[in-house]
Amino acid sequence: MKFLTTNFLKCPIKACDTSNDNFPLQFDGGKCQLVQDESIEFNPEFLLNIIDRVDWDALLKVAGELGNVNLPPKKPTFPCTVPQLTDVGMAVLNDLHIMLLQTSITEGEMKCRNCGHIYYIKNGIPNLLLPPHLV
Amino acid sequence: MEANEAASKEQEYVHNVYNEIAPHFSQTRYKPWPIVTQFLQTRAMGAIGIDVGCGNGKYLGVNPNVYMIGSDRSDGLIECARGIDPAYNLLVADGLNLPHRDGTFDFAISIAVVHHWSTRERRVEVVRHVLSKLCRGGQALIYCWALEQGSSRRGYHEGMEQDVFVPWVLPKDKPKLTPAAKAKAKAKPDLANIPPRERAQYLQRWRDDQQRSKELSDDGDDKLQQDQDQDQDQEEVKYRYYHLYREGELAEDCRQAGATVQSEGYERDNWWVVAQKK
Repeated sequence: MKFLTTNFLKCPIKACDTSNDNFPLQFDGGKCQLVQDESIEFNPEFLLNIIDRVDWDALLKVAGELGNVNLPPKKPTFPCTVPQLTDVGMAVLNDLHIMLLQTSITEGEMKCRNCGHIYYIKNGIPNLLLPPHLV
Repeated sequence: MEANEAASKEQEYVHNVYNEIAPHFSQTRYKPWPIVTQFLQTRAMGAIGIDVGCGNGKYLGVNPNVYMIGSDRSDGLIECARGIDPAYNLLVADGLNLPHRDGTFDFAISIAVVHHWSTRERRVEVVRHVLSKLCRGGQALIYCWALEQGSSRRGYHEGMEQDVFVPWVLPKDKPKLTPAAKAKAKAKPDLANIPPRERAQYLQRWRDDQQRSKELSDDGDDKLQQDQDQDQDQEEVKYRYYHLYREGELAEDCRQAGATVQSEGYERDNWWVVAQKK
């Protein structure tokens, strides 16, 4: 599961929808294995649009849990189009590419901050099926 | 039908079956359908989307300029998808209990999936649930199997029962046969050059001929039956539940779920709708 996907997942239990703690899921850094896939190509235009959609506070939380505490506290601002990007801007964007798209969690677990239910990631695949009593 | 009863029917005739047939099913699903491809290729650069019931993930790589998360209820199919491309974004999740953030995604697709829920209430509910993940104005492309399949060999057509069990024939490892036995077991009618309307008649004639030649040989009737039993042992049939949609029904369900129907049509024995979130 790519790091970026953590920014789009909440606890699927309906009772948790009334809580603000059902997103993002909390990662147990000690139990998570990360890998980097350098073959995933950097596409600045694609990434500019993606960053626009990212919830930065959620990203900071999850990055911290997985051991990355070097992110800026506020979402960096970028120009709207790629030709307007400075060298520094391009470098920041490339760092985000490495974190969001090249880094993925292959094994680990994530927990709802509201209900405490744990979801497992095995062989790169998170399983968010609920046991019958929670449906 | 009670929700519990509907859910256990879906467990037995949808979820369990897909896990049992996953590798074989996946081998047969590799060609993206044209309208789905066109829908995906016209999404904006950097758009984010979901594929609910993605199966082996055949639509996840169609447009590399969108971020798509595929989910399926069957972990067997999701493993097939991962085996095809480890870079696919995959989840195991139930379509009525999706873990995606609400009001977030630009688009959704759900191709040949919604027809597996066994009551209308649940089918409308799943469309409503998929729409809840989209931002305002977001579009969902939904395909369901049609009742009207006039041109298909399956023969479903108007006026038939819409809630059906559809067989999936799993090939089993064939036992090793001697060349002579093999030739005998292999005797199968060749329908390739027979027009569909004449096939039933052709088959009957073929069976009569086979029967006659068997009767003339030493083996007799018992041996023939034995051969047929052996043939049946070699394959296993699994039944999946489907609701076959009649014309207009899917659009009606989408409106019931609170969507605007942006466009609709028929392709490859399926009705499709582009539903837009209000």
